[in-house]
Amino acid sequence: MAFFLETLLGGLMAGMLYSLVALGFVLIFKASGVFNFAQGAMVLFAALAMARFSEWMPLWLDLNNLLLSNLVAFVMAGAVMFVVAWVIERLVLRHLVNQEGATLLMATLGITYFMEGLGQALFGSDVYKIDIGMPKEPIFVLDTFFEGGVLVNKEDVIAAAIAATLVAALSIFFQKTSTGRALRAVADDHQAAQSIGIPLNRIWVIVWCVAGIVALVSGMIWGSKLGVQFSLTTVALRALPVVILGGLTSVPGAIIGGLIIGVGEKLSEVYLGPYVGGGIEIWFAYVLALVFLLFRPQGLFGEKIIDRV
Amino acid sequence: MSKKIGDVILDIQNISLRFGGVKALTDISFNVREHEVRAIIGPNGAGKSSMLNCINGVYTPQEGTITFRGQTFDHMDSHAVAKMGIARTFQNLALFKGMSVLENIMTGRNLRMKSDMFLQALRIGPAEKEEIAHREKVEHIIDFLEIQAHRKTPVGQLPYGLQKRVDLGRALALEPQVLLLDEPMAGMNVEEKQDMCRFILDVNDEFGTTIVLIEHDMGVVMDISDRVVVLDYGKKIGDGMPEEVRNNPDVIQAYLGTSH
Repeated sequence: MAFFLETLLGGLMAGMLYSLVALGFVLIFKASGVFNFAQGAMVLFAALAMARFSEWMPLWLDLNNLLLSNLVAFVMAGAVMFVVAWVIERLVLRHLVNQEGATLLMATLGITYFMEGLGQALFGSDVYKIDIGMPKEPIFVLDTFFEGGVLVNKEDVIAAAIAATLVAALSIFFQKTSTGRALRAVADDHQAAQSIGIPLNRIWVIVWCVAGIVALVSGMIWGSKLGVQFSLTTVALRALPVVILGGLTSVPGAIIGGLIIGVGEKLSEVYLGPYVGGGIEIWFAYVLALVFLLFRPQGLFGEKIIDRV
Repeated sequence: MSKKIGDVILDIQNISLRFGGVKALTDISFNVREHEVRAIIGPNGAGKSSMLNCINGVYTPQEGTITFRGQTFDHMDSHAVAKMGIARTFQNLALFKGMSVLENIMTGRNLRMKSDMFLQALRIGPAEKEEIAHREKVEHIIDFLEIQAHRKTPVGQLPYGLQKRVDLGRALALEPQVLLLDEPMAGMNVEEKQDMCRFILDVNDEFGTTIVLIEHDMGVVMDISDRVVVLDYGKKIGDGMPEEVRNNPDVIQAYLGTSH
């Protein structure tokens, strides 16, 4: 039983991290109707910025406090992501108002390659580490109930808490504020949104900026777990099934989707793996996504758009 | 029924619009008076929607000026237009499909929402009062358009005629001084048309909103508009009271062709 709980918790933690990346996709899709292929590149870019700034900060500012230099690095990386959002709006999106979704998708594909290149040119292409001082040692909980207790990774718990906070804040932002409403309006129809006085350009900067911050947070957490390196871009690929499962337009969907996939991966690996020779973790999410595409293409919580013919 | 028609509120002067070699509009001038219902008619491809899009800031005309309430512009900016109090509806529905009727109309209030984003998120203090006040306005519009029953329905599920009403509702939520209606009755049956006519006249009557209207249905146009401007192949061929326009030989020719 304790082992089952351990697996379950491990899955939930991993799922939370997937959700975080998936959130970046959902944000931009919700607010501009663009499937942002560049999300993975943004995660890498943000993580690189964060890693290097926190490395340079003690040298530049003579800071010896780990927390303080991380904080400054985070703010600076956030500023970099804001500039990125602004430049993308200025140079790319502004010229593509009222274009088809596919056109915008292709544009983000271009942005992907550009940002991958630029990130490594600016910040270097080695493997860097982000040390935000998260405790690495595992702890045991619930040892009154089970013999030996349940092993939990402290780092994972903190990461999950950060992710959960971010998600809650964003959900409220989208549902309750007029800016959130404007973002959703822009996603549905550019022209109509303009006609009621929603400033398209500003909205796009806001949403790419928020997605940049989400990328920064996920880059930071993933980076501190795995190290900051080029393969971080593939984290986005792992978040794809999450988005399909949860629905492209739903913030809570990204979370639930992430949790389902995280838990599903771990449980199936542990309990089904031995019968089929293991390796389920690698393809489980994609197969689940496929099943969803067949039977419920809008995902669990996606908006079902009904077109009258 | 007599109503007070005021001074010129919107003055279009010598507007020309080209797309490459295609002349969509050539030297169009006309004006719109406060509180009137002004129709723009013409055969397909006459440039009616282009004209509306120039006023609305979607297109930028190469020549000419637009004067709104004494301010002259050589092109309009969509965002500024909405702020100045010009709202529009669309020929092909352009509703926010993922949202309910209520939310769609609520978006029309966005420009007027002033309170801080964080207060809004927490629903506290002035933000809550503001949200309630806006919601009241929106409910009023919903009552007015008789779509109470569909308040929470996603707009995509509504029949076409009702979607058109929601489009109108969203524009009304801006509390515009001038309302641009691009074929509000296209594709409707007789009953729906009558309803829509009634709404347009009521808006004009009750709120004093000036209305610029593109319409194909001649019967409707002649019934509800105060003055009519006629376009054909991007040129103005007639302008005046409905009965004047109806008897204008150029207009008859454009619509019916001439016998040789």
